[in-house]
Amino acid sequence: MKVNRTELTWWERLYLPTLLNGFRVTLRHFFSRKRSGVYGDKQKKFAAKTTMQYPEEKWDVPTGYRGAPYLVKDVDEKTKCVSCQLCEFVCPPRAIRITPPGDTGVVDRDGAEKMPKEFEIDMLRCIYCGYCQEVCPEEAIFLLKDYAITGESREELIYDMEKLLELGGADKRAYDHHVQDGVGEGIKKWETKTREAGEQPEFH
Amino acid sequence: MLVSITGLFAEPWVLTLLKVVCLFAVVMPMVAYAVVAERRISAWIQDRVGPNRVGIPFTNIKLFGLGQPLADGLKALVKEDLTPAHVRRVFYWLAPAVAMVPSFVVLAVVPFGSMLGSQRMVIANLDVGILFTFGIVSLGVYGVVLAGYASNSKYPFLGGIRSTAQMISYEIAMGLAVVPVFMLVGDLNLGSVIDYQRGGAWLLFKQPLAFAIFLIAIFAETNRLPFDLPESETELVAGYNTEYSSMRFALFFMGEYAAMIAGSALMVVLFCGGWMLPLGDYFNTPAQSLGQGLVHIAVFIAKTAMFLGLMIWVRWMLPRFRYDQLMNIGWKRFLPLSLANIILTAIVLWVMHS
Repeated sequence: MKVNRTELTWWERLYLPTLLNGFRVTLRHFFSRKRSGVYGDKQKKFAAKTTMQYPEEKWDVPTGYRGAPYLVKDVDEKTKCVSCQLCEFVCPPRAIRITPPGDTGVVDRDGAEKMPKEFEIDMLRCIYCGYCQEVCPEEAIFLLKDYAITGESREELIYDMEKLLELGGADKRAYDHHVQDGVGEGIKKWETKTREAGEQPEFH
Repeated sequence: MLVSITGLFAEPWVLTLLKVVCLFAVVMPMVAYAVVAERRISAWIQDRVGPNRVGIPFTNIKLFGLGQPLADGLKALVKEDLTPAHVRRVFYWLAPAVAMVPSFVVLAVVPFGSMLGSQRMVIANLDVGILFTFGIVSLGVYGVVLAGYASNSKYPFLGGIRSTAQMISYEIAMGLAVVPVFMLVGDLNLGSVIDYQRGGAWLLFKQPLAFAIFLIAIFAETNRLPFDLPESETELVAGYNTEYSSMRFALFFMGEYAAMIAGSALMVVLFCGGWMLPLGDYFNTPAQSLGQGLVHIAVFIAKTAMFLGLMIWVRWMLPRFRYDQLMNIGWKRFLPLSLANIILTAIVLWVMHS
C-alpha cells in the first residue's frame, strides 16, 4: 500500500504554526472550567467539573438502584419486620441471619405478632440480588442507594438490626427510591397481591 | 569561643560550605515542587484535577495537595529496592548517582544572586564558567547510558542508545548557540554575562536565534518532550530506568528535575539577565543590604520557575519527534543555524569596531 504524504508548505515545515496552535490549545484547556458532558443536566452541582472528588462526592444513583439491603421503619418509627424469616430462606448467599424471639418476644407496634430478636446481614456475603426485598410480605427490607460498603474488619461488616434500621430510615424514602412506572405512591405490594388474588379464576 | 566562631566565618571554605548547604536546601524543595507542579499543570491542561489530597500529615488539612512530595518521598524510601538478577551490579548501582550528581554540580557556577553581606552569591566564581558547565552537563549522559547498559535488558538498552545519540547531537548545537553570547560579552565568567545585561539589555533580545536554539537544546538535554526519546513511555516502557525501582528510580527522577532547574538557571543567566530586572537601580546594582540581596535571589528563582513552567507546559503541546526527525533537526538545522549565527555576530562586531 502506498501512503500519500501531504507535501507541507515552507511555513508549515518551519514548525511554528504547530507550536502556536499547541500554545493555543493547551492554554484553552488550562483555563477551561473543566465542564464535562458526563454529569450533564442530571447533576447541576457537579456540572463544572470533569472529575468527581470521590469519597466526598458520590454519584446519585438512579431510582430503583439495588444497593445494600436495609430494614425500614413504618410511619410511627416502629419496626416493620415481623420475623417471618422468608428473606433468610430466600437469600442465595445466606447473608441474612434472623434470631426469632421465641416465646418471650416483645413487639413494639400493634398488628404484629412478633419481631426479630436479632437481624444480621453480612455485607461481605450479600450479592445485592434483591430477593429479600421481593419476598418480604411486610415491605420491611429494601435495597437502597449505598453501593460502597467499606470497613476495616469482617466483624464490622456484619450489620445488626439496630444499624440496619438506622440506615434504612423511613419507608417513604425506600418507596420513593423504588417507585416504578405507573405506581404513584410506592410499591404497595399488598395492593398488587390483592388485585392478583382477585384476578384468579374462581373454582366452585 | 565566640572569637573562634567568628574567626571560623572568616575562613572562605566555611562560607562556601554554608552556601553549598543553602543552595541544596533551596534546590531540593524546588525539585520536589517541580514534580508537584508538573503533575498539577499537566492535569489542568488535560482537564483533570491532579494530586490534590495530601496536605499536612495526620490532619485533614489538604492545602491543594502541597504535601504530595512528602508522600512521594516516603513511598520511594520504604518501597522494596529490587535489583534484578540479570543486571551488571556495579554499574547498576552507580548509574542513579551518576545521573543525579552533574545536575547539581552545574549549579555551583551559576550566580543565583548579587551579594549577601560581603559574599558574592555564587559558589564557585570560575573564570571558565560556561566551559565548566558544558563539561559537566556532558557527564549527565553517562548516568543514562550506564543505566541502559547495566540493566541488561532490551528497553533500557534502546533508551540508553537513543539518549547517547540525542545528548551528543544537541550538546554541539547548544555549545555553538552560546558562542555569540560570549563574543558579545567578551568573558566566559557567568557573572560578567549578567553584568553585561544590566538595565534590561537582555541577550534574549540581542541574540534571539541563539536563545531559541539554546532553549530547544536544553529541552533535548534534559530529555523533556518533545525530545524524550530515552524514556518514551509509549514505546520503551520507561526507557533507561525501566529496571529501577524505589529510591534508585527516585534518584533518576530527582536528577532529571534538577537538570531542568540547572538548565532553566543557565537560560536565566545567559539570556534573561540573571538576578536583574529592568526596574531601576534597586534591581540592577549589586545588593547593599541583606534585604536587597534576598530580593535579587527571589527574582532569580522566580525567573527560573518561569522557565520550569514553560518546560512543563510544552510537554503537552507537541508530540514526540521521530528518531530521524530528531537527528535531522539537531544536525541539519540547528548546527548550520548556530554556525551562521556565530559568523553573523562576528561580522556585526567587526563592522561596529572598525
